[in-house]
Amino acid sequence: MKQLTRRSIIAAAPATLALGALPRSAGAAKKYGPGVTDKSIKIGNTCFYSGPASSYGTIGRAMAAYYKMVNDQGGVNGRMIDFLSYDDAYSPPKTVEMTRKMVEQDHVFLDAGPLGTPTNSAIWHYMNQKKVPQLFVSTGASKWNDPKGHPWTIGWQPNYHSEGLIYAAYILKQNPKAKVAVLYQDDDFGKDYLRGVSDGLAKARLKIAVAASYETTDTTVDSQVIAMKSAGCNAFVNTAIPKFAAQAIKKAAEIEWKPVHVLSSIGASVAATLKPAGFENAKGTVSDFYLKDPTDPQWKDDAGYKWWVGFMDKYYPKGDKTDVNNVYGPSNAATVVQALKQCGDNLTRENVMRQAANLHNFKLPMLLPGITINTSPTDFAPVKQVQMARFDGERWRLFGPLLTGAVG
Amino acid sequence: MQLLLQQIMAGLANGAIYALVALAVVMIYQAIDHLNFAQGEMATFSSFLAWQLIAWGLPYWAAFFTAVILSFAAGVAIERVLFRPLHHAPILASLVGFIALFSILNSGDGYLWNYTIKTFPTPFGTRPLFGSALIDTHEAGMIGVTVLLLALLYLFFRRTRLGLAMRAAAANPDSARLVGIRVGWMTALGWGMAAAIGAVAGMLIAPVVFLEPNMMLGALLYGFAGAVLGGLSSPGGAVLGGFAVGIIENLAATYIPYVGRDLKLTIALIVIVAVLMVRPAGLFGRSAVSRV
Amino acid sequence: MTTQPQEAVPLAPAQTRGGPAAWPALRHWVMIGAIAIALVLPFVFHGFVVFQLTLVMIYGLAILGLNLLTGFNGQFSLGHGAFYGLGAYVTAILMQRWGVAYYWTLPAAGGVCFLVGFLFGLPALRLQGLYLALATFALAVALPQLLKFHGLEHWTGGVQGIVVDQPDPPSFLPIDADQWLYYFTLAVVLILFAGAANLVRSRTGRAIMAIRDHPIAASAMGINAPLYKTLTFGVSALYTGIAGALGAIAVQFVAPDSFNFLLSISFLVGLIIGGMGSLPGCLFGGLFVLYVPNIAESVSRGLAGAVYGVIMLLVIFVMPSGAAGFTRLVIARLSRSRNRQPPA
Repeated sequence: MKQLTRRSIIAAAPATLALGALPRSAGAAKKYGPGVTDKSIKIGNTCFYSGPASSYGTIGRAMAAYYKMVNDQGGVNGRMIDFLSYDDAYSPPKTVEMTRKMVEQDHVFLDAGPLGTPTNSAIWHYMNQKKVPQLFVSTGASKWNDPKGHPWTIGWQPNYHSEGLIYAAYILKQNPKAKVAVLYQDDDFGKDYLRGVSDGLAKARLKIAVAASYETTDTTVDSQVIAMKSAGCNAFVNTAIPKFAAQAIKKAAEIEWKPVHVLSSIGASVAATLKPAGFENAKGTVSDFYLKDPTDPQWKDDAGYKWWVGFMDKYYPKGDKTDVNNVYGPSNAATVVQALKQCGDNLTRENVMRQAANLHNFKLPMLLPGITINTSPTDFAPVKQVQMARFDGERWRLFGPLLTGAVG
Repeated sequence: MQLLLQQIMAGLANGAIYALVALAVVMIYQAIDHLNFAQGEMATFSSFLAWQLIAWGLPYWAAFFTAVILSFAAGVAIERVLFRPLHHAPILASLVGFIALFSILNSGDGYLWNYTIKTFPTPFGTRPLFGSALIDTHEAGMIGVTVLLLALLYLFFRRTRLGLAMRAAAANPDSARLVGIRVGWMTALGWGMAAAIGAVAGMLIAPVVFLEPNMMLGALLYGFAGAVLGGLSSPGGAVLGGFAVGIIENLAATYIPYVGRDLKLTIALIVIVAVLMVRPAGLFGRSAVSRV
Repeated sequence: MTTQPQEAVPLAPAQTRGGPAAWPALRHWVMIGAIAIALVLPFVFHGFVVFQLTLVMIYGLAILGLNLLTGFNGQFSLGHGAFYGLGAYVTAILMQRWGVAYYWTLPAAGGVCFLVGFLFGLPALRLQGLYLALATFALAVALPQLLKFHGLEHWTGGVQGIVVDQPDPPSFLPIDADQWLYYFTLAVVLILFAGAANLVRSRTGRAIMAIRDHPIAASAMGINAPLYKTLTFGVSALYTGIAGALGAIAVQFVAPDSFNFLLSISFLVGLIIGGMGSLPGCLFGGLFVLYVPNIAESVSRGLAGAVYGVIMLLVIFVMPSGAAGFTRLVIARLSRSRNRQPPA
């Protein structure tokens, strides 16, 4: 059954995609897809403005702020961006409903940075059937990098699975015989991390000793941390969201458990995780980054950070400047704008996919120094690099080279 | 053995959270014969209020008591303004009222104070109690406050005129009205007390789970479970039920192989439903007698 | 604190029958008119609106299932999202793993849910009111965990869920897939609503309602209360399960996160706002839970949840016994004022 689905999509894929990037043709006749006029480009998005995951709603608001800034600065090649963002409350059926609304009723040109793994999974099939670009989805699942099977969907951030591989490699370097514990959310992203770490350890013929999950409705993860210590683990991959990551750091310190402690990029915010956990307790943990943490004092004088503060002050003054989601939103939106810019006047859905898969050394103010965005017709993973950092009790100290986990 | 002890103590600490919520749940149940879905969100709102007061420079205890008093007033006001008019509506109409209140408070918290988790101070400190890693001073303080609240409630309901009047109003509104008790105000008072207890619960829970708009979602779920397990008609039972849920949950996760860790919530719920099979009104509750 | 001896409080006002004799006949015409409109709608709107209307019918059907249990039988459930999810997964697994045709999955989903509902109804017999609410709530909370459980991942697809193929319309009909699914859903919904209407009017239905209105008196009259209660639980789960099956086909995707406890709560909201113990009220409830959150979001994005809450409060203040109760009230007022008019 699955194969049949895939075949039908491959048949539907435009042959042009396989041809790869064509040079931008200046002065060519204007070609417009749905939602595009001489004056404007209408793009859609779904985000969680209500419901249990509404803390991520700020990503959509920050994106809207970024598009407003682009419009104030003259738009994309003279066209204003008309950004429609709908609330799906983190409920897949609602995502289907709202996405169909924006595709079939609002006639948007593309879906820009829709948020969430189960929500994007729900429209994955539909978008590829309808041939509507599902551009730079805001989730770190590894399945979005599938140019052959799903040529209309492209990811954005480094995927959790490859981050998991990086954590495992780091731990093995510290201690080739490590006894590893993993704390993960019983969820798509948690299980991706878990698989990544497990695959990474398998290279050294090791297994995860304790894999403990939590639900978002749990009050604390104390019990899980206690179990890890008493199983004799000496390495801890903590892939929880900030609230539970902070609890785990605090509890580990309280019961005097001192493993090699790796935090995932999801829970590495200074303000949201380390401060509540206590700087003293968090000292020595390592993590990986691709975005600049806005609460890390090391970026105080960084030009990219200063730009971001200016942007937030002017276009999203109500936004929380300690929330890394407000860095994520504009960075993702900037990538959409870049793809549209590269389209020139050839604003068809085919061409925007071609340009999205034709980004070369694209830099963003809030990506870590040295990290650039690159895609190709066979590589639908825009941000691939991360760098590791160690928390010194006050700020993250980057170390080592830029890393790329095996993609996919 | 060390592991067992640690898991039980960690369960007890979580249980204190559930017990506090369960206590507030039972209070409101006594007053209105219903579960209040918005209870957790009311507590979260109170905690945010206290957090804001502290951020403005008020000392901890001043903020604490201001928040408790304001919550009491808000509880009374909510009853008077929102739920009094629904008094004669079908009993489930007020359920929609609770869900609406939940939605409004949750969304309002996020709008006013955003979603980044915040630290909340504790008056008890977080040193290990008696130098043991098993339990810290805040967790011990939380258990102490729960017991203290329970004792105060017991005295209030057994030894004061007002407490007796409230019990009478809840038990038999018509007869109570005949002897001159203002039943409507007793209900409002019940709401106020539940809101105040909720505020205390919220402010004691916040240092552990961190303050954010969805802070009480899980706690409320487990708090309900604890209250039902202990018996909705018995505050003492509800508190014990809360502690029991915390311990069952941890032991299930630790000692049941294969399924325990992933399904600990499910297992805890199965245990509770199983207990209810044997004691349909909870461990310490009394079954209602129906008059034909 | 003591427990009070409780009078059995009926959860919903017993449906008043009779009234002016003209209304039943009129109701007949209203129904025929409504069905005629429903038949035309997919040609007035297209694409996504047809899809939304399909969802309204599906939610209405799920709420009907809950209504049979809560509105007619007086058993309180906070866990019907679980039956909805179960039905959806049965359909998704049968269609995608075993290649069963979509229409055959509906009876299967209904059957599985009936069985589970019936079995769950047995222990539920011992529980009343809020204790029953918690037991059913436990079901709703536990379902996503079970769907994610690694031991069952082979069937459920774990956290990734299952993509369901959209059924094609029969080739002899000149309509698209959305319209076809709409008519298919409409047919299923009409059959099941008719079934529910017959059930409620039958001897069995009277027994079910007697148990709601006065359990002890009903038993004294010789009604086998435990049997009726468990059967009602099963039938209720069957209805909601079939709705879930249709939902899986319409949305073309199932995942554990689609069936969390908030779904159960929104069914309950739809039930109360539509009207307890009213069949057409269920469809109004479906309309409410689908459209009102969208309206709330268009009013204020930052406070979407708060606006939704305020709308719920307003509705319940204006119509404390739901849309159905409100309509009955309006009709009663109208007919009274008409009766007062001097004969011409």
